[in-house]
Amino acid sequence: MSGKTLAEKILSDKSGDDVRAGDYVEATVDTMLTHDITGPLSFQTFYEVAGEDASPQNPESILLAIDHHAPADGVQAANNHNILREFGEKHGVAQFEVGDGICHQLVVEEGFVKPGDLVIGADSHSTTFGGLGAFGTGVGSSDLGTAMATGELWFRVPETRRFEVTGELSPGVYAKDLILKFIGDVGFAGATYMAAEYTGSAIESLPIHERIVLSNMAIEMGGKAGLVEPDQRTVAFLEAQTGESVELDPNLYSDDDAEFASVERYIGEEIEPQVSKPSNPENAVSVSEVAGTSIDQLFVGTCTNGRYEDIKIVADILAGETLAQGTRMVVVPASRRVYQKALETGVFQTLIDAGAIIQSAGCGPCAGYHQGVLGDDDVCLATANRNFPGREGSMQSQVYLASPATVGASALYGEITDPRSVESKLNRHDDYILSEVQR
Amino acid sequence: MSDRDPDTAGQAWVFGADIDTDQITPSRFIVSSDPKELATHAFNDLRPEFSANVSPGDFVVAGENFGSGSSREHAPLSLIGAGVSGVVAQSFARIFFRNGINLGLPLLICPDADRIDDGDEISMDVADGVVHNHTKDESYEAEALPPFLQSLVESGGLKEYTKSKLES
Ligand code: SF4
Repeated sequence: MSGKTLAEKILSDKSGDDVRAGDYVEATVDTMLTHDITGPLSFQTFYEVAGEDASPQNPESILLAIDHHAPADGVQAANNHNILREFGEKHGVAQFEVGDGICHQLVVEEGFVKPGDLVIGADSHSTTFGGLGAFGTGVGSSDLGTAMATGELWFRVPETRRFEVTGELSPGVYAKDLILKFIGDVGFAGATYMAAEYTGSAIESLPIHERIVLSNMAIEMGGKAGLVEPDQRTVAFLEAQTGESVELDPNLYSDDDAEFASVERYIGEEIEPQVSKPSNPENAVSVSEVAGTSIDQLFVGTCTNGRYEDIKIVADILAGETLAQGTRMVVVPASRRVYQKALETGVFQTLIDAGAIIQSAGCGPCAGYHQGVLGDDDVCLATANRNFPGREGSMQSQVYLASPATVGASALYGEITDPRSVESKLNRHDDYILSEVQR
Repeated sequence: MSDRDPDTAGQAWVFGADIDTDQITPSRFIVSSDPKELATHAFNDLRPEFSANVSPGDFVVAGENFGSGSSREHAPLSLIGAGVSGVVAQSFARIFFRNGINLGLPLLICPDADRIDDGDEISMDVADGVVHNHTKDESYEAEALPPFLQSLVESGGLKEYTKSKLES
C-alpha cells in the first residue's frame, strides 16, 4: 500500500483509524474557535444538542473572539458580543475582547495550536493553522456547536493537491504573491474538498508568518486545509510565542510514495509580484499588467496580512514619505500584540506621519461592515484575501488584492506600483526570522 | 427530515456559477441568525425579487461551486427560512455542502443542472440521486450521497445525529 499524505496521517491519528482520502471519520478535535458572527448560532446548537444545563466537553479547547464587528457598529452586534461574553464566563472558556485581535491570529499567538493538531473554526479562514503543520479547517456553526458537546466531529479525509516551489523567492516577492499565483492557476474551486500542501525549498525557507499566509488563503481555492510540513523553524516560532517547549512528532510529513491528486511545480525565482483583479481572488495577474491603475483606498490588515512583519514592510516603504494625494490608507493590526509591537518600534509613528489611519485590532473593513467601507466608485488595493462584489462595501466598488509590499509601493504613487521599484526599502525575510525568534 | 419535501415539485430559481455566500446572504444583513429574517435578504443584490416571490417548496438551481466563500451557516439558513425544498448544483463549495447536510437541507450534485431553466417545475429524489424536470419532462442523474452522509441526513441532520449519540 502506498504511503500517506500529511492530511491522512493527522486524520488517522485523531480518529484512531488507518484512513485514506475519501474515507469518512469521526475525529477528536484539539481546538475550536468561533467569533461574534458565528458564535451565537454555535451556542444555540450546543444547548440544543447537549441540553440547557450542559457544559462543553473540553472548555479549555475553545477560543471565542470578538473581532468581526468590533468595536460594535450597531446594537445587534453589541448584543452578540454580550452573548459571547456570557458563554465565555459561564463555561470558563477563553474569551477575547474587542481589540484583542482576529480569532486566527489569537489561536497562533496564544498557544492554542501545535503541529499535528486538528483545529476547527466557525470561520472559513481556519485553514490558517496549516502553516504550523496543524490540520485547520472551517466549519459551520452546527458543526462547532455539536463538537463543543462531544469533542468530536465528522470529516471526509481529503485528497491532497501539492504545490512545490523550488529555488527561492526574489526580493519584492512574498508568500502572498505565491498564493495568489496558485489560486490564479488552479482557480477559485481548484482544490475543493481537498487539502492543499505547500512544499519545496522556497517554502522551507519561508518564516512562519509567511507560511501562514499560504495556509490562510487555501480556502480561496476551495481547500479544506492548507498544510506545510512542520520543522524546527515551526518549533522555534511556537516556543518564542508561548514561552513553552514544543515537541515535534517526526512523522508529520507526507510520505514520498503518498498519493497526491496533483503536483503543481514552480520555480521560486520565476514568481513575480501578483495582483488579483476584481472581483475574484482567482483573477491573479503579474503586477505589471495592472500597474498604473488608480487607487482611492489602501487597506493593510486582516488575518492574511495584518501581522507586525506585514505592517512593517509598508512602514519601511513609507518612511519619510507621504501618501499620494487623493488616497487614504487604513491600517488594522491583526492583534493587540501586533498593535503594541508596532507602537513600540515606531512603525505606527512612521505610518501616521505618512498620513495613514490606524484602527484597533480586528477584522476592520475586510468584510464590509465598518471602519473603512467603500463607496460606489471607490477602488481599493488591499492586503486582504477576498474581493468578491461588495466585499468591502458598495457592490460597485472594486477591490484589488496584493502583498503588503505592493500596497506600500502603490501608496507612494496612488496607483498600482511594482514593489521592486522600491527594492532598496524592502527588508529581506532573514530580518523577520530574527525578529520572530527574539519576540 | 423537517418540513421540506423535495419529492414534491416546485419552481426552480436558477443562478449561475461561483455564487458565493456573500451573494446568497450579503454580509451587511447577517447580524441576525434567524432563518425567517435572513430569508428576507436572500440573494438581495443578485435577484432582489427573490425574497418577495419565492414560495415554500421552490428549489434553487446553480452552476459550479455554489456557496463558495465564508463558512457562515447563514447562507443555507436563509434558504431554509425561505422554505426552499432543496438545492441542485453542478458542484458545491465544500463548507456550504457540509452546512447544508448538517442542517438537513437536501443537496444534489447534478452535472445536467444547466438544463434546468428559471421557472421550470422540478423535484428531487434524494435517496437515488435523480432530479426530475416536470416542465421539460426530463430526468437528470445526480450523485447519490455516500452512506455516512445519508445516515446523517436520515437522522435529521447533525444535531439529531449527535443527540442520539449522546443519549446512547
Ligand atoms: S480578517 Fe477578514 S477574512 Fe479574516 S477572519 Fe476577519 S473578516 Fe474573515
